[in-house]
Amino acid sequence: MNLEGFGAQLAAGAWVTVQLGVAAMAVALVLGLFGSLAKESAVPPLRWLGYAYTTVVRGLPELLVILLVYFGSARLLTDLVGLFGVDHYVELSAFAAGTAALAFNYGAYMTEVFRGALHTIPHGHVEAGMALGLPRGRIFRRIVLPQLWRVALPATGNIFLALLKDTALVSVIGVEDLMRKTSLAVGYTKQPFTFYFTAALIYLVLTGLSTAGIYLLERRTTHGMRTLAE
Amino acid sequence: MNWDVIIESIPGLLRGAWLTLELVVFSGMLGLAIAVPMAVARTSRSVWVQAFPWAYIYFFRGTPLLVQIFLVYYGFGQFAAVRDSFLWPVLSQAYWCAIIAFTLNTSAYTAEILRGAIQVVPSGEVEAARALGMSTVVTWRRIILPRAFRIALPAYSNEVILMLKGSALASTITLLDLTGMARTIIARTYMPVEIFLAAGALYVVLTFLILSGFRLVERRLNRHRVG
Repeated sequence: MNLEGFGAQLAAGAWVTVQLGVAAMAVALVLGLFGSLAKESAVPPLRWLGYAYTTVVRGLPELLVILLVYFGSARLLTDLVGLFGVDHYVELSAFAAGTAALAFNYGAYMTEVFRGALHTIPHGHVEAGMALGLPRGRIFRRIVLPQLWRVALPATGNIFLALLKDTALVSVIGVEDLMRKTSLAVGYTKQPFTFYFTAALIYLVLTGLSTAGIYLLERRTTHGMRTLAE
Repeated sequence: MNWDVIIESIPGLLRGAWLTLELVVFSGMLGLAIAVPMAVARTSRSVWVQAFPWAYIYFFRGTPLLVQIFLVYYGFGQFAAVRDSFLWPVLSQAYWCAIIAFTLNTSAYTAEILRGAIQVVPSGEVEAARALGMSTVVTWRRIILPRAFRIALPAYSNEVILMLKGSALASTITLLDLTGMARTIIARTYMPVEIFLAAGALYVVLTFLILSGFRLVERRLNRHRVG
């Protein structure tokens, strides 16, 4: 395949795609953890907030959420600095906005994954921690979280794969990811099939590598676990 | 919040919502028609029969939908043979390109859902059909597939909702679906937050409509069950 010297550009774009995927996933994990704790909280307003977050975000197209966060955050930030008497248009960089939008979107899916996983942890484990006089924060960190992670990992892996593919959408708001670099190359060379097909193959490699990585992680977290005899 | 802008945008957004629904239903039905033979082939014991559906499903599930749309809309035009062929009147239109890309994409996901369902059809029922002297074709048509559809229905409704959300990508190839219409109105009014929220509300309504449709189908398919 002749890429007419755009190989380096595509590689740079693929690297941005990987960074976007990892950064957005990291934030989504944190959002999901807090979201699931909010949904399981004893405080009703927190529960409502968690419920509204997952229902609304999971019901909207990813593209719409990305556009909404991109334009909405600019308006919010501009209004915010306006409060301090600064009349100036402020916006996030495309990369930051793209990461925020993807994380906001997938945080809702992670909330549901963690919520399901929370239910699998026997209450006796938490009680045992309390009986040992551990503070609540440490019970969560040392007893609940390690078990939560193991249960949540397979579903988290699927969500990461979906997120990685959806990073292509942030090219719409100007992030210089693989998709946008590909479109630029197409504009220059007028060879859309060659370049979009190459991009598709690169995405296949990225998802393939991720699948392998998830498999290794799963094997590590289930290390020493009893499995059903097969 | 500027409510006047939202109210003025409603007729346009409704027209967009109609196109979105049309895209989802049309490509959903075509996708289902392709998915059934593919799922059957995937359960074959022969490696050769399995190979094509496997590669097809792997490609369409492993690459972004946006890449697939651009491949169909921009990609095929690269070849003079395609541009000169009888297919060009179809492939040069954004509407048909969106239908083709969505159909290919959803058929891959649906085939996997159906394959999973076919594999959990109780083997006793298949054996019973054999014992009654049904041929392989009749067993598939009367026993395995109807059973598999019923098993797959909840997962399939999820896939249709995902397709509804994916259909927003039609706006990237100039189509005025719900998202495309919202972006056009925003270009005119420059009220992104208001219009996107209004479009979002319409998406939630569409989700509700589709889920109610599935609930009706599910009730009908399970009408033999008591309680």
